[in-house]
Amino acid sequence: VNEFEQMYREVILDHYKNPRGHGVLDDADAEADGQNPLCGDEVSIYVAFGDDGETIDEVKFSGRGCAISQAATSMLTEMVAGRTATEVATLDKEELLEEIGIPLTPVRLKCALLGLTTLKVALHKAKGTPLPDGLAGFDELELT
Amino acid sequence: MAVTAQRKLDARALRADFPIFEQKIHGKPLSYLDSANSSQKPRQVIDAMSEFYETSYANVHRAVHVLGERATAGLEGARDKVAAFLNARESREIIFVRNATEGLNLVAYSWGLNNLGPGDAVVVTELEHHSVFVPFQYIARRQGAEFVMLPLDENDEVDYSSLDEIARTHNVKIVAANLVSNSLGTIADIAPLVRWAHEQGAIFVCDAAQAAPHLRVDVQALDVDFLAVSGHKMCAPSGIGVLWGRAALLEKMEPFLLGGHMISSVRYEKTTWGELPHKFEAGTSPIVEAYGLGAAVDYLEVAGLDLIEAHEHELAAYALTRLAEVPGITLYGPPADRRAGVVSFNLDDIHPHDVAQLLDQEGVAIRAGHHCCQPLMNHLGVPATNRASFYLYTIPEEIDQLVDGLAAVRKVFA
Repeated sequence: VNEFEQMYREVILDHYKNPRGHGVLDDADAEADGQNPLCGDEVSIYVAFGDDGETIDEVKFSGRGCAISQAATSMLTEMVAGRTATEVATLDKEELLEEIGIPLTPVRLKCALLGLTTLKVALHKAKGTPLPDGLAGFDELELT
Repeated sequence: MAVTAQRKLDARALRADFPIFEQKIHGKPLSYLDSANSSQKPRQVIDAMSEFYETSYANVHRAVHVLGERATAGLEGARDKVAAFLNARESREIIFVRNATEGLNLVAYSWGLNNLGPGDAVVVTELEHHSVFVPFQYIARRQGAEFVMLPLDENDEVDYSSLDEIARTHNVKIVAANLVSNSLGTIADIAPLVRWAHEQGAIFVCDAAQAAPHLRVDVQALDVDFLAVSGHKMCAPSGIGVLWGRAALLEKMEPFLLGGHMISSVRYEKTTWGELPHKFEAGTSPIVEAYGLGAAVDYLEVAGLDLIEAHEHELAAYALTRLAEVPGITLYGPPADRRAGVVSFNLDDIHPHDVAQLLDQEGVAIRAGHHCCQPLMNHLGVPATNRASFYLYTIPEEIDQLVDGLAAVRKVFA
């Protein structure tokens, strides 16, 4: 297998080219915008809860960025559907990184975790769940 | 030294002075096209610094022992070299700082806090690095002054057409602009803007971080008032930069950083400031880094700034031609004869981060991102670009390696 393809294995390119959950939820129950000031990646996350007001029914995202950030956020939307806000607020980033499945340098790690961090910020704003530790190393994150 | 005065730069010979190229990256030859981000260092600079540590190191300006004298002579000798390099009238106009950013902050604070107020204006261009944009935006807001940005036109050149209007409606106190754009490589003709600034009674602050490594910078010919340079982009170590300023202005300014060394006398009632340049060099200086900058200046002078500039125009022309052959490429910036060795581009709609990471696998190092120029990126309508940049050790094969690498990137994203 050539090194290029190892790095951007099919699943990442598949999610990048056909992102799941891409779009906007007009009447979202929770939302947040995240930015990675190092590279200008941007992600907006929208969450709709189910009837119990706790279980995540749907997550959508919009934004622009590199394949890693967009694919990771796409994977995330599938991963968290059906879980509660509390569960997702404490979701171990390793679970997402395992799904991404390629070694990431510290710089790219920030790309990979942008969506998850932004999602946790959205849940924090809507439900008061804990913020991720150190906001995953972000220098700044728009909490507006 | 492998360099002799000749009409054309011998980049291959110079390259042998740079130990970094003696390795392979991911099994491939290193194609280092990220010199605008930071340059590599020649053996001459590395050795000069090592020798200084091994034979002459002590703190400067206060030790009476022989090592203190040697170290002081080393630091002040470097100041003299930099003064000659920039054609400053006097060595005391050379302030050693960490980098161009610190030099620009020094002017923004030390000059701005005492000279800017409500009703005044600070003018920058849309092509500025954040190191110009942010400190002057901040100091303007903080002082209640207006912050005015000269926009770029559809050719990504600074549009001067609003200058008359600005002059009519604003009391301009500071104009700050770069000499060479770090993002697009554009070599600016700042002369009209400098004249305009002085007609307004404003000072002109020049960001020469991207210019000084690549072409002759003459502070007297430019007729600017302050000029900032980063050592690390011009073969010197990181952690050393220069702010040049007119002595008459520097003398009237309050210090920026306060503490040891920058004083004349300290009493409970009152502290008085030291003479130039010491007033602006609080604390122990980056002594060996400054010495390394002096060695770098020697190196560049022997190589010849005019030859370096010509070499980079040639590489820029070659790169623009070769990159234009790559399907899906968008090139930014002016024609080769008006640009330093910088080429920014995008490949299809592939994010530059992905392009750069895949190129790294091919041994090609480029910068991907907004290049600390978010206002410019907004103007271009892109979040980021790829940037390949060249220096005196860059050879055409490295550009070929980039072009081949881009074909491989396209295959992955096909």
